Amino acid sequence: MSDNATLAPDIVRLTSVSKHFRVRKDNSLKDRVVHLGRLGKSFRRDFVAVDDVSLTIQAGTTVGLLGANGSGKSTLLKLIGGILSPSTGHIETRGRMAALLELGAGFHPDLSGRENVYLNASILGMTREEIDREFDNIVEFSGIGDFIDTAVKFYSSGMYVRLAFSVAIHTDPDVLLVDEVLAVGDETFQRKCMDRITEFRAQGRTIILVTHSAQQVAELCDRGIVLKDGAVVFDGETREAIGALRDVLEGRRVGEAPPEQTVHPIQVKRVELLADDGSRTKTVNEGDPLTIRIHVDSMKPIERWELGFSIDTPLGHMVLASNTEMLEHRLDPIAGPVSVDLRVAAVNLGAGQYYVNANAAGVSEPSSHGLAQGALFTVKTREEVTVGTVAASVSIAGSSYV
Amino acid sequence: MATMSEESAARFARISELPYAVVDVTGRRSTGRLGKVGEILGRRDLLNLLVRRDLQARYRDSFLGFLWTVIRPLIQFLMYFIVLGQFLRAAEGIDNFAVYLFSGLTLYVFFNDMVFGATGSILQNGGLVKKIYLPREIFPLASIGGAGFMFLVQLGVLVVAAMLFRALPEPAEMLWFFPSVILITIYGLAIGLLLSALNVYLRDIQYLTEVVLMLAMWGAPIVYSWRMVQDVINRFQLPEWVLDIYAANPLTIAVLGFHRAFWGAGTAEDYPAQLGLRMLIAGVVGLVLLVISHRVFTRMQGNFAQEL
Repeated sequence: MSDNATLAPDIVRLTSVSKHFRVRKDNSLKDRVVHLGRLGKSFRRDFVAVDDVSLTIQAGTTVGLLGANGSGKSTLLKLIGGILSPSTGHIETRGRMAALLELGAGFHPDLSGRENVYLNASILGMTREEIDREFDNIVEFSGIGDFIDTAVKFYSSGMYVRLAFSVAIHTDPDVLLVDEVLAVGDETFQRKCMDRITEFRAQGRTIILVTHSAQQVAELCDRGIVLKDGAVVFDGETREAIGALRDVLEGRRVGEAPPEQTVHPIQVKRVELLADDGSRTKTVNEGDPLTIRIHVDSMKPIERWELGFSIDTPLGHMVLASNTEMLEHRLDPIAGPVSVDLRVAAVNLGAGQYYVNANAAGVSEPSSHGLAQGALFTVKTREEVTVGTVAASVSIAGSSYV
Repeated sequence: MATMSEESAARFARISELPYAVVDVTGRRSTGRLGKVGEILGRRDLLNLLVRRDLQARYRDSFLGFLWTVIRPLIQFLMYFIVLGQFLRAAEGIDNFAVYLFSGLTLYVFFNDMVFGATGSILQNGGLVKKIYLPREIFPLASIGGAGFMFLVQLGVLVVAAMLFRALPEPAEMLWFFPSVILITIYGLAIGLLLSALNVYLRDIQYLTEVVLMLAMWGAPIVYSWRMVQDVINRFQLPEWVLDIYAANPLTIAVLGFHRAFWGAGTAEDYPAQLGLRMLIAGVVGLVLLVISHRVFTRMQGNFAQEL
């Protein structure tokens, strides 16, 4: 990567780019006239979507734009793509740019697949000769077959997306803008997208990707840019970027914490993660112990109750769970705020991020409450020789002819 | 990524030679020599496909298909011909009223289709405008292209009809066709571009346009003649400049030019003096308007993606 950086030319440059939006609540002539002048101001709201961003992206890098909802990452992508104009500053881009913003934007339902391929490829910037040349490949890759001459309104949604994706990847872009498009479609389709993006990277294409998934960033990107309220808060190596994103997300969660009132008969208030020395932690090394402290409150005394937790990947797959019922532990009656420590003796998880969910349920007084994604932690493995959600020591034991 | 593939190296070498395209407050500036016009010319394949898409989609699954392009104006023509021409006796003052009426209507319908189609074009293609960078002028241009195609079909009908009625003037007179069409296209473009952008911010524009276009038809000598306007102004003893104002309307000038090209029964009294000069002035004013409306369009398009 450092080799490339010296050779690779700049392909996208942003110089103190800001974007302000004015949101109006009135959209007809009557409303405008009625609200003209001073009164109109109350019907407008200005907000800054992108705040003084300067960036340089070298050709051949895959950049992930990260951030919470509304942090301005999609707006930034649209600015780079020229879909929106900045309020101040300027953006310089070169090379052929294609956007995988929404598959099938510009498909016309009444036209045949063939006509739509020509139209859509032309929209993405291919010339007629290029489309003629690529046409068979596009149809082949999509697997549409004889349906290519049928109006696309008769296509299943799967066929529709496959054809649109096939067109998009057969354009020959230098810069590819991807906006969360990888989150749609079935698993096979997502895999196909990923494979193609990996291939694009090998061909020295530049990819700018907006995503919520830390996993995708870790898998695909060379560089992560974290945005918060429209400003860049971190720009650099992917793994650190994911850490910075986590801080941003957690910061937000604290800011938006629900009122501290207890409204359920029994309620999980919060989850803390502790290292063995009793300090709060967000990072765990493979094989280390982890204590999950769950704070629970109840409105009235409950004689018998149970408590549980689960650990999920960011994609929502459960990797570990347990509860007091399975542990055959009888909790003391609850009558107010208490905290319970559950200890995982050794965290044998693979490197990555995990969420902790907690759940409390009254038995004598039927009631339950869960706190999803109450805490987040990162696991670091000693050796980076495996991927996946479990930690294991893997080595080549030898090889022989059979 | 330690070793760089040859493909990457070639790509990087090519990219490092390329100039930057700049996106700033005024939108995306093109790198080509001809600026925006060059960029649009570069996308003429797409423009062509968009025009065809609109036309193909319009009459798909209809039995009569493209005949509808002719049926609608023919019905309109018959309505005016019978009601205005015969019942209200407008035809008595105009020789060969059928050709007179149809030639004026053909040009007016072209103008109407251009402006009305362009006004809604950005909204209609909202999905594309929001998702992909294209020179946005391409959408109003595509609908103007579609209007142009329908105009050609109707023109065919007009020429055939004029020949049947033996109404065509001297071949030299028929050259008036070109300045008339150029003039109306300039205004169609200028107004269409401006309204297409305004309509994104203010949806009332498309309804307003519909009403104004209807008025425009009655404001031009299509179902009545230039001579009738003169008579009215004389009868009410209005000052001379009222007629000049009436004649300043570019649609009026274009329609009069069109009459000269297809309606041979007209005499010098059926047209204002110095029609050619009037056309030239209107054309220059139209070009200035076109430049201004494109400026406004460029300015407004920066937020299209947000407003749609």
